[in-house]
Amino acid sequence: MSIEELKVSIKNLNVFYGEKQALFGINLNIYANEVTSLIGPSGCGKSTLIKCINRMNDLVDICRYNGQIMIDGEDVNDPSTDPVSLRTRIGMVFQKPNPFPKSLYDNVAYGPRLHGMTNSKEDLDELVITSLQKAGLFNEVKDRLFEPGTGLSGGQQQRLCIARALAVNPEIILMDEPCSALDPIATAKIEELIEELKEKYTIVIVTHSMQQAARVSNRTAYMHMGELIESGLTKTIFSNPEHIKTQDYITGRIG
Amino acid sequence: MSIEFILLTIIGLSAYSFYISKKKAAAISAINGAEIHSQPNYHGMYAAFLTISPALVLLIVWSFIEDTIITMRLRDYFSDITEPSIANFYIEGVINFVDDVNSKAMDHVNFFTATEYYKSTMHLNLLLKSIVLVMLTIIALRYSFKLISADFKARDLFEDVVIKVMNIASIFAIFITIGIVLSLLFETLRFFESVPVQDFLFGTHWSPQMSIREDQVGSSGSFGAVPVFTGTILISIIAMSVAGPIGLFSAIYLSQYASNRVRSFAKPIIEVLAGIPTVVYGFFAVITVGPFFREMGIFFDIEGFSSESALIAGSVLGIMIIPFIASLTDDALSAVPRSLKEGSLAMGATLSETTTRVIIPASFHGIVGSFLLAFSRAIGETMIVVMAAGFAANLTANPFDAVTTVTVQIVGLLTGDQEFDSAKTLSAFALAFVLFFLTLILNVISLSIVKKYREQYE
Repeated sequence: MSIEELKVSIKNLNVFYGEKQALFGINLNIYANEVTSLIGPSGCGKSTLIKCINRMNDLVDICRYNGQIMIDGEDVNDPSTDPVSLRTRIGMVFQKPNPFPKSLYDNVAYGPRLHGMTNSKEDLDELVITSLQKAGLFNEVKDRLFEPGTGLSGGQQQRLCIARALAVNPEIILMDEPCSALDPIATAKIEELIEELKEKYTIVIVTHSMQQAARVSNRTAYMHMGELIESGLTKTIFSNPEHIKTQDYITGRIG
Repeated sequence: MSIEFILLTIIGLSAYSFYISKKKAAAISAINGAEIHSQPNYHGMYAAFLTISPALVLLIVWSFIEDTIITMRLRDYFSDITEPSIANFYIEGVINFVDDVNSKAMDHVNFFTATEYYKSTMHLNLLLKSIVLVMLTIIALRYSFKLISADFKARDLFEDVVIKVMNIASIFAIFITIGIVLSLLFETLRFFESVPVQDFLFGTHWSPQMSIREDQVGSSGSFGAVPVFTGTILISIIAMSVAGPIGLFSAIYLSQYASNRVRSFAKPIIEVLAGIPTVVYGFFAVITVGPFFREMGIFFDIEGFSSESALIAGSVLGIMIIPFIASLTDDALSAVPRSLKEGSLAMGATLSETTTRVIIPASFHGIVGSFLLAFSRAIGETMIVVMAAGFAANLTANPFDAVTTVTVQIVGLLTGDQEFDSAKTLSAFALAFVLFFLTLILNVISLSIVKKYREQYE
């Protein structure tokens, strides 16, 4: 394994929704060019945790947090950090595919147009095509780039969303249960894609499926009731967990 | 004994039928356990329906027939009168004399014999009707009671009844619509017998005053409807340019930017605007907005600013339709899935970029729908324009001039004394028909826009 480069470091993070505390003192390191998966039973705070990384929790009125999240040594929650430009550096793929009601082309071109990333129509065309290629979708859709993105199958839609996220060339890609709405074949394609993408990007994936975590991730963090129970190399977590709760979960006794 | 009493008796019998049938079904189910097909409640409801419906149907049919027969019989007493409309006049006099104590006797040899005949026939009729209806109900009650058994499919049959009732309700609504359109159409055709269609549609002078006597001055009115329709359109456009931006922006603010707390009190307050009676807007226009605009007119030295102007009526009308646009657009924007908003924000878009690039396109059909609904409200609105716009039919595009609208003219033509065969009165129907046609076209356009964008985005 190559030299580990720390990308995101979360220290003592507490999150509250109103009076209810959702995350308790989370400490987690996420390394560059690796896939880190978050597993745990429903409602344990996995999604809340990744939404803190790109500050999507800001959208929730009643959400408050304290603690520190550093990306490349910069504090995400620092008042001087602009959440809009932060999110440009962090792509996100959601549980349910959410292509915009626009053509395939416009979906992928959305980010580049927003941020003025290309100077000419040709550059934009090329960026759209390479993004679709990276997401492994281009060959399937090259004849219908100007048809609505909502006309694709679920798995294709999800890959379109990945292409959309890739088009702005992010450093980190957050995936919130990206395969939970997909069938096994579409899931396998996404997993293959994750495998390729980690060469260039840092990926954090929330998943319900332990097999998926075992297949795709380098590191795994197990969460339970808002606490991070244990994190480490996926191999270790699955073969030799330190904590009894982790063991119960991965052996299927709880969750 | 009166008809109300019979009705109450029938309803009472029906309720009784519900009660005993339910009880019988319950008794059967107590013996047979789970083997009874329908729940006792369904047996009760179906029996109640069977009990009441024959009597109701007969009552309606009877009422139609009794009117026809009575009128025919009474006609014999006035057979010396050849003109049917005058004979009918006497027949009505007889009926009124019996039913209404304030009515006066009429001057005819047979009048009192006719009233006597009418009185005794109606008495007999009521007696006969009561007996037949109550008997019929009792027979129906016995029949429906006998039907009940463990296998009787009361639940399925009651389902059929429910479907038929809904069917009839919707057919009724459709027929009423058709009836209104037809009545408008026939009066309009009568109007076009005296005034040529092209004069009405393309004439530019509107002055519907006609003399009642033949020799009066200015005995022929002119019915060029163009100024009236341009007035309507001018006022509606002014209203839309007030309500469009305010409604749209407040909807965007409410659905995208406002916190839940702000939204929870701001939206009801905006919707209160829709509940204000239009006459209140009318005097708001006359007392507050009118003088204010006139002052502004003097201040900016605008010439010919009349106290009843299209601008005043249009802006108050605009205030009235703000809630339609704001509320419906807010609903349309809020209906956009949250995942789309999150997806865009996660791409590093700001909230306003997300709104203009994703949320508005995704809800465009709803927004267009709300605008067109507001526009047809503006076209059809009457009270505000009656009070604030005036009756002068000027052909102008100047918002500072007084203009009139279709609805104002209809009010003017149909209030007070009028005869329903003069062109003046009939012109109101022609105006209403064209107005109806305009709003219909508007609705068709809006539906097709909505459909087009639905297909594109869903």
